[in-house]
Amino acid sequence: MEWLIQILNSVQYGLLLFLVASGLTLIFGIMGVINLAHGSFYMIGAYLAFTLSSLTGSLWLAIPLGIVVSAALGLVLEWALISRLYRRDHLYQVLLTFGLILVFEELRSIIVGDDVHSVAIPAALAASLPLTDTLSYPVYRLFISAVCLALAALMYVTIQKTRFGMMIRAAASNPEMATSLGLDIRWIHALVFAAGVALAAFAGMIAAPVSSVFPGMGSQVLIVCFVIVVIGGIGSLKGALIAALLIGFADTFGKVLFPDYASIAVYLLMAVVLLFRPLGLFGRA
Amino acid sequence: MKRSLLPWLIVAAILLLLFPAVAEKFYLQLVTKIMILSIFALSLDLLVGYTGLVSLGHAAYFGIAAYTYALVSPAADPANVWLTLPLALAASAAAALLVGALVLRTSGVYFIMVTLAFAQMAYYFFHDTRIAGGSDGIYVNTRPDALLPGVDLANDLHFYYFVLAALAIVFALLAIILRSPFGRALQGIKANEHRMRALGFATLRYKLAAFVLAGTIAGLAGYLAAAKEGYVNPEMMAWHQSGTVLMMLILGGMGTLLGAVLGAFSYVLLQEWFSALTKHWQLLMGMFIVAAVLLLPQGLIGLHQLRMKPRLPRAEDERD
Amino acid sequence: MTDRRQFIQQAGLLASAAAIGGLTPSIARAQTAKLRVGMMLPYTGTYAALGTAITQGFNLAVEESGGMVGGRAIEYFTVDDESEPSKATDNANKLVQRDKVDVLIGTVHSGVVMAMVKVARDNGTLLIIPNAGANAATGGQCAPNIFRTSFSNWQPAHPMGKVMYDKGHRKVVTLTWKYGAGEESIESFKEAFTKAGGAIVKEMYLPFPNVEFQPFITEIASLKPDAVFVFFAGGGAVKFTKDYAAAGLKEKIPLYGSGFLTDGTLEAQGASAQGLLTTLHYGDGIENAKNKQFRYNYGKKYGIQADVYAVQGYDAALLLHGGLNAVKGSFGDRKALYGALEKVKIDSPRGPWTMSKAHNPIQDIYLRRVEGNANQVIGVAWKALEDPARGCRMAAA
Repeated sequence: MEWLIQILNSVQYGLLLFLVASGLTLIFGIMGVINLAHGSFYMIGAYLAFTLSSLTGSLWLAIPLGIVVSAALGLVLEWALISRLYRRDHLYQVLLTFGLILVFEELRSIIVGDDVHSVAIPAALAASLPLTDTLSYPVYRLFISAVCLALAALMYVTIQKTRFGMMIRAAASNPEMATSLGLDIRWIHALVFAAGVALAAFAGMIAAPVSSVFPGMGSQVLIVCFVIVVIGGIGSLKGALIAALLIGFADTFGKVLFPDYASIAVYLLMAVVLLFRPLGLFGRA
Repeated sequence: MKRSLLPWLIVAAILLLLFPAVAEKFYLQLVTKIMILSIFALSLDLLVGYTGLVSLGHAAYFGIAAYTYALVSPAADPANVWLTLPLALAASAAAALLVGALVLRTSGVYFIMVTLAFAQMAYYFFHDTRIAGGSDGIYVNTRPDALLPGVDLANDLHFYYFVLAALAIVFALLAIILRSPFGRALQGIKANEHRMRALGFATLRYKLAAFVLAGTIAGLAGYLAAAKEGYVNPEMMAWHQSGTVLMMLILGGMGTLLGAVLGAFSYVLLQEWFSALTKHWQLLMGMFIVAAVLLLPQGLIGLHQLRMKPRLPRAEDERD
Repeated sequence: MTDRRQFIQQAGLLASAAAIGGLTPSIARAQTAKLRVGMMLPYTGTYAALGTAITQGFNLAVEESGGMVGGRAIEYFTVDDESEPSKATDNANKLVQRDKVDVLIGTVHSGVVMAMVKVARDNGTLLIIPNAGANAATGGQCAPNIFRTSFSNWQPAHPMGKVMYDKGHRKVVTLTWKYGAGEESIESFKEAFTKAGGAIVKEMYLPFPNVEFQPFITEIASLKPDAVFVFFAGGGAVKFTKDYAAAGLKEKIPLYGSGFLTDGTLEAQGASAQGLLTTLHYGDGIENAKNKQFRYNYGKKYGIQADVYAVQGYDAALLLHGGLNAVKGSFGDRKALYGALEKVKIDSPRGPWTMSKAHNPIQDIYLRRVEGNANQVIGVAWKALEDPARGCRMAAA
């Protein structure tokens, strides 16, 4: 029975990672931009959840507000900084977004402070389901998993089945051709970046009640996100989902079976995948 | 190209030689630290600036040598430099050889990520296990012994000149190598790897040699850093460290040796200055990095020639 | 060609500007009889609140003795150590070598404090540690010039071994982060618990500062021990108690911890921490006159409640004051000064305590229960507990 619960833990953790990483792979795949500040957006989301739910008294209100705020932030950042990086080398993107991480961390420290904060689980979801005679599973965690799956489906439908999704795919595979066919690449890039930021922030918001809100939460999640994107293949949501689940399993079972090497296992996984499939599981050249 | 830099090089050398005469103990140690970071930056410059391989995991080789030194040093007595240094260098070189053989098959952003992955593996290996003190790190009680008459590395002044000598040797070595046919080939690979292959060069071997050489020199820097502080911890291999040394290169100027040294000095001194201004100095540093990337594109000579993603040439790309 | 020259000019200007900015000593070196006190604490990052509390406690004590310590006015030098062990030696040297402080006070993080211990030993500077519990600081690395006014990692956890055994628990699982403070706490608990006759069914560790506890909580549920003992602090402590409660384990498998599990975190923990028993050398509701007065004065001056960190900072000033007074404020005879510091009886808000031969407090450890937003003291878990100072050559005398 315990193994089943650990599987449940792995899936839940993996799905949440997917949600955070999805924004990264979109930005990476469609715009060709490496964004090291992605973890910071996750953190910003969590802090938004804290401040907004304290102000409005409800997490349900805080989340839509937070999405709007983070999307706006994404648009501003894209216009001011990211748009200047498209034609530059990946090295510059790495460095500029590295600088952004420092800026966001310190701004957070100045504006909100360095304390650890809690965000209350909404009352409707605060129960726990008894699974064994000792262990219960929090309903809220199941809710998070459901939301992640729903979003994954939504993203898939948007990108594969809608006109907007078609434009995005066109812009990703051949920007010049897309432009000459009349698509406004600038707007597409701005929207995709804003969507990526909003996705990461949303992940931070819904995870806040279970992860609590603290400095350093961004960097903890950042590198894992990159590993997911690279294993899955840059730009592939399907790949990101599978990779995230793989990592959820590796991390969960690693912690129980060989805790000292659990973290190494994740990177080993990435190295092995890249050696056999240099573009990731579902990456395109 | 080199000729116009030569007077600056001479000025720098003289300044460094004479600095101890005017410096207090604290500043002597500070400049020693910067010189060690210069060696580290030079090693990465060889890789990124001259061969065009952007590695986000270079700190791994810095840290591996440092840990080797700490692990083989005796508990109470000073370690023998001439035994421990080659050992540490060999460890870094071996790691670089292993990783390089595996990662040099990838390119572009995947190369960046997989070099990061291996560095993270090294980081977590030392951080999560108790092989070497875990996240708390380990201490070495005394500086190593150089076994040279009249030289006591425990004396900060002697150590300063020891590091200066190491920096000079590395600088000269790299200058010679980069002028040699091997060095020219590396620069050719950076400019256009396809062309080099068409000309009959086994580019993979050249890249691997550069990777190993860069890793070994980074190891030298790591050894000196560990010897100076008497303390090693996993943060020496963290990706933040890899990012920082890349920043030094951008700041100082990639593709020139003096640029790497200048970058190290500028970055550390900037950090000291910002720290003195406010406790939120990282905000200033972050903004500075963003500004530097956007506004100081010089010093990145030829970087946009880096073969990252095949794309149509644009007018801006031809600018130099 | 012009680009290159331009670049070099720019770079040169930049480097010179940075050099001038960075190399200018920030404090004028005036010759006064003021006592140069160097505070090396975290003022940013996760432990910033602790660094601030320690500083405030210290300042309160100084103010209470008329702004002087040992009859001397104080000149403060401050460095934010950011709880970064990799920068610790440099930061300590800034105070010891650049600012030439007479006494170094710090810090919170054990990794950082070990660098400070090394610098203090190498330079012969007086070091007073107002928090970091690394056993080695008053153990294997003890020295005549190193003192601690807080605790050793061994101390708060040890009494819990006896407490849990007396409560009837025989099979216990432990969980903590794999770093110095966590490991030393668990080891100390294990020592006491097994000595009393209990057994540790499984010792679990997760890498620091990872907070994904679900796999471990599931494992605990499957092992079904009598009780669980953990060491976590700060954000990790908050998340753990919440995760533990959310998994329904709080009522089924009792949770215990060293005091840091519930110190400074109760507001964030809310219901998940209510009723938890912990052991620490301080708590709420200690009924002695000194504590009442201290908490009142601290609350009045700073507008927030005092905590264990403020007490430790306060005691650091008391120690320095007591020792310096005995030698008439002079640093001339180091041996006399250190001897005096050793003999100071600290009249602390936590209760009076004395310095052990290894320079660590010999103090009472309280048993506390979480009631509302307070860690209510319900008894003394161990009276006058002295750290065994393993490996300390001074203590062997």
